[in-house]
Amino acid sequence: MRQNKTMELMVGLFVAGGAAALFVLAMQVSNLSQLNHGDTYRVSAQFENVGGLKVRSPVKVSGVRVGRVSAIDYDIDRYQAVVEMQLEKKYDKFPEDTSASIFTAGLLGEQYIALEPGGAEDYLKDGSQIEITQSALVLEQLVGKFLFNKAAGSK
Amino acid sequence: MIDWLRSLGRDGIAVFEKIGRGNLFLLRTLAGLPEVLGRPRLLLAQLYSVGVLSLLIILVSGLFVGMVLGLQGYNTLVQFKAEESLGVVVSLSLVRELGPVVTALLFAGRAGSALTAEIGLMKATEQLSGMEMMAVDPIHRVVAPRFLAGVLSMPLLAAIFSAVGVYGGWFVGVGLLGVDDGAYWSQMQAKVDLYDDIWNGVIKSMVFGLVVTWIAVFEGYDAVPTSEGVGRATTRTVVHGALAVLGLDFILTALMFGD
Repeated sequence: MRQNKTMELMVGLFVAGGAAALFVLAMQVSNLSQLNHGDTYRVSAQFENVGGLKVRSPVKVSGVRVGRVSAIDYDIDRYQAVVEMQLEKKYDKFPEDTSASIFTAGLLGEQYIALEPGGAEDYLKDGSQIEITQSALVLEQLVGKFLFNKAAGSK
Repeated sequence: MIDWLRSLGRDGIAVFEKIGRGNLFLLRTLAGLPEVLGRPRLLLAQLYSVGVLSLLIILVSGLFVGMVLGLQGYNTLVQFKAEESLGVVVSLSLVRELGPVVTALLFAGRAGSALTAEIGLMKATEQLSGMEMMAVDPIHRVVAPRFLAGVLSMPLLAAIFSAVGVYGGWFVGVGLLGVDDGAYWSQMQAKVDLYDDIWNGVIKSMVFGLVVTWIAVFEGYDAVPTSEGVGRATTRTVVHGALAVLGLDFILTALMFGD
């Protein structure tokens, strides 16, 4: 009987250990802890080109993450990409004329949206659209422009 | 020539017969599972011998695999000044591949071979026939609890392996080689997805657990009831189990991470 008790204890420890390991993987290793649990509000912006931006890419202001990209779609009427982002409710005082740009973190890093607050009196609210946007830089276009300027300048 | 073709045909038929027996056996085992749930004591004893006794080898292997990943990953990444990504390298390799696969290989060697030998010896010493004489179905009484214990233990063991490995990589990378602690965890959390990576890893380990345990109990039950037969069956468990795990891993990886 005593043997049996020890065995039960060991099996209990094993199952608890396995569950704890899964918990560690979920909380410590994965992005679960970074998901937005709080309230968010949705704003959208239109870009000529979103480059390598993906759903769940960060939205940053002054380098601080204030939200995430929630959807990327294409507007066939205006021939532009539409990016929807969820911003956290506690950052709800961005002026209406805030501008959005797509930047790259480091030379080879992931792309993110950087917001630059403007000076308008009214604030962005759920469903508003950011009017001033700057597209992602595409390396091929930059190289193309550079070569073109070079050729034009050498005449 | 004719003889050769005939022996080829005989071998082919034997292989298919065995696959057929294996599948019927699996169905009978699954039919026995409700009975096991009604008698948790049987399951408990098997969870102990299959799961708890495999813990030590899993913990030690996980730790060292993680440490090696940390060391190798660091040496490669530091050439690109990207040693901050060490956490991503270690955790993704472990959670997606090494955790489920290495655990399944160790599991086949440690627990699978023991299951085969145990059931095979029961058959060789006619304990299984004895049970049948007493109107006890040996598949329900002996095989089903072992099968269920194996299927339940594998995901837990794989999760423990991965978690310990991540800390092993952390110990080498952050503790010994001087990678930034915050970068190790934050890069990892930014790149590892709960559903895409961790959940798929758990599914993988469940599939491996099912296949390895199935092979182990079937080989034991199907063994030629002699000392030599049991020995061969045990070898087959480890070899077939390992091959099945590696082959399935490719298919599962292509399905899960293919796009």
